[in-house]
Amino acid sequence: MIERTQGRSARRVVAATALATGLLTAVAACSPGPSGTSSAGGANKTAGPVSTDVAKAGKVTLTEWDQNTDPGTDASTEALNKAFMEKYPNVTIKRVSRSFSDLKTTLKLALSSSNPPDVVQANQGYPDMGAFVKAGLLQPEDSYAKVYGWDTSFPSQLLDLNRFSSDGKTWKTGNLYGVSQTGEIVGIYYNKAKLKSLGLPVPTTLAGFETALAKAKSSGLRPISYGDADKSPGIHIFGVVQAATAGKAEVRKLVFDGGGAKWTDAGSLKAATTLRGWADKGYLGSGFNGESKDQAVADFAAGKSLFLVDGTWQAAVLEPKMKTNVGFTALSPAAGQPPLTQGGEGLAWSMTAKSKHPDVAAAYINFLVDGNGMKVLADKGNLPALPQAGYQPAAGTVDADILDEWKAVSEKDGLLPYLDYTTPTFYDTLTAAVQELTAGQLSPQAFGAQLQSDYASFQQSR
Amino acid sequence: MAVTAHRPTARKRQADTPSGRPARRRGRVQWKGYLYALPALAVLTVFLLIPLGQLVQISLFHWDGISASTWAGLSNYTEIARDPRLRAGFLHSLVLILFFSVLPIALALALAAITTRAARLRGVSVFRALIFLPQVVAMVVTATAWTAIYAPDGVLNTALRAIGLDAVARPWLGDFSTALPSVGLVGTWLEIGLCLVLFIAGIGQIPGELYEAAKLDGAGLVREFLAVTLPGLRGQITVALTLTVIAALKTFDLVYVATHGGPGNATSLPAFEVYNRAFGTGQVGSACAIAVVLTAVILLITFLITKLQPEEDGT
Repeated sequence: MIERTQGRSARRVVAATALATGLLTAVAACSPGPSGTSSAGGANKTAGPVSTDVAKAGKVTLTEWDQNTDPGTDASTEALNKAFMEKYPNVTIKRVSRSFSDLKTTLKLALSSSNPPDVVQANQGYPDMGAFVKAGLLQPEDSYAKVYGWDTSFPSQLLDLNRFSSDGKTWKTGNLYGVSQTGEIVGIYYNKAKLKSLGLPVPTTLAGFETALAKAKSSGLRPISYGDADKSPGIHIFGVVQAATAGKAEVRKLVFDGGGAKWTDAGSLKAATTLRGWADKGYLGSGFNGESKDQAVADFAAGKSLFLVDGTWQAAVLEPKMKTNVGFTALSPAAGQPPLTQGGEGLAWSMTAKSKHPDVAAAYINFLVDGNGMKVLADKGNLPALPQAGYQPAAGTVDADILDEWKAVSEKDGLLPYLDYTTPTFYDTLTAAVQELTAGQLSPQAFGAQLQSDYASFQQSR
Repeated sequence: MAVTAHRPTARKRQADTPSGRPARRRGRVQWKGYLYALPALAVLTVFLLIPLGQLVQISLFHWDGISASTWAGLSNYTEIARDPRLRAGFLHSLVLILFFSVLPIALALALAAITTRAARLRGVSVFRALIFLPQVVAMVVTATAWTAIYAPDGVLNTALRAIGLDAVARPWLGDFSTALPSVGLVGTWLEIGLCLVLFIAGIGQIPGELYEAAKLDGAGLVREFLAVTLPGLRGQITVALTLTVIAALKTFDLVYVATHGGPGNATSLPAFEVYNRAFGTGQVGSACAIAVVLTAVILLITFLITKLQPEEDGT
């Protein structure tokens, strides 16, 4: 019995080896993914003449994928899609809307299919747009930009974020792969009544902000609503501090791989030390790594804390609950200087290389970002990337604050890139590292070293 | 896989040997047998073996999922050994085995032993259904519910504070020292019902005379359990161990919903890393390499567990 079993297992081993050898041969013969030459495919298409006449395009079904799931942008997208279909009855728009993280994980698969959507919202930076361009999945929009005048209506600071070299390796230069509809910045929401009762001015510098934090803490008020269980808020709070301690030149060098800057440099180290200090002093509350982001926003809206560090996209959530009791500010490196903060524009509306109706797709994108598009966007409570001349929210509302800060930041060259643009894996590295830093698991030095190691291996691989 | 492939042959061997004509007859029957197995084998090949082959193939490349790939050789595998985060992930799943397998089986054995003493319990089937319920509920629902329980102002902390244990209250899933055990305890809660149902069914198969004999010999609860129940349940324990260990090693949804691998990387697990690398960070080759290693580890451990299977037992 025993002998026979052994004989059998020996045969099995032989069979398995044969199978493995066969597989390996198959492996050596072909590699996953398209072969290297096809990646320029998207570049050739725009060589032909472009047409702006949608009515003549015949019956067209246009599929678009967006991430506008929050109430403000969802309403404006619905309204604009409906208006476009009314204007051009021959076009049917099929909308697929997913949350940001769901879109991020499914868009790659959708784009590489043989029948991708026509228009998609692509996230800026190397991990997403860069990878799509490298694989030849997006279509350059430069010729449409000329026809529709995007190249003059958008400031170059915003256009450049959507540019990539055609091999996808260099960001902010080369072809234009999309235009964005919304503007967004990360800043500090404050509870006006509480700030007043503490006798504090609206903070405009990091020093002023820290004074307010200390005062709130000593008077028994939770200084900042911060819940980092979802991992993403860590990027924003670190970014706001880093913008003030490292300055715009250094942050831009780090994220855009401009050379000569390291995550272990003094500015970033100071930011890490500052954030760690806030956690140690209890400014961030207790148990923040186990609290959800939504809970933190809800706590702030309910008046349980003085500040909330978050993006302009939260205004539509806060405004209905707090009315005029909520304000928004962005920090400057020093008093008297223009504010400096993370932000830029919403995801870019891009055209896919395999779209059968590029002209209709471009006309649709233009419909979203032209004067009327921006107006509809603002009407639904969003911050338009290009605020129209007549757009002025009622004084004293958070929307008015946001518009002021957006103008100050975007017009005075104060926009800093989101830190997770840095490398394809940087979102994971940074979010995990911030959790470890604030929980006291990583020293500020080790925190910098961890980020730098991710950065260095990316620089090597490029 | 090793389990299902191994067991039928073992059983057949036992059935054939007494009939006296072993070798030749078996050969003939086997070929015909393969013919019957062909449809199943075809399905298996298309949906399991070919994808498995592709998995191994992709693991040998650096690939972002969309553009051209480059040959990586075994570097994706050596990276697993080098990357402390990935190594930690595999260690975390070993810890989870404790919570998903060892703890539930021990608790379920104790509970089963007690229920056998209570000769006639009213509404046994209701209790059994209730305790089995976690197995039926979708994992996402379970994870969401437990996230609410563990939240800083959740049910657990509120209860602790209510009885004056403020010092113990903490953000269970956000604390570096409690996150992994907290996730593990959800697993314990999940698996205990499965184990209990298996064991109660197993005890029902143990001949009543054995218990009678034990009683006549004056055995107490503990003695009876060790001498009769435990040996009688060897087969069920093996099955429970196999199922729960696999559940522990391939845990994904629980961590995905509850912690995203955090805080830091305190609850990162291989299966979560596979998803994260394949769909999040564009490291498809590395993701496949982790999946291959994970599959190999699961196969190895389940193979070792089948060695515990009693020879005479067919279950």
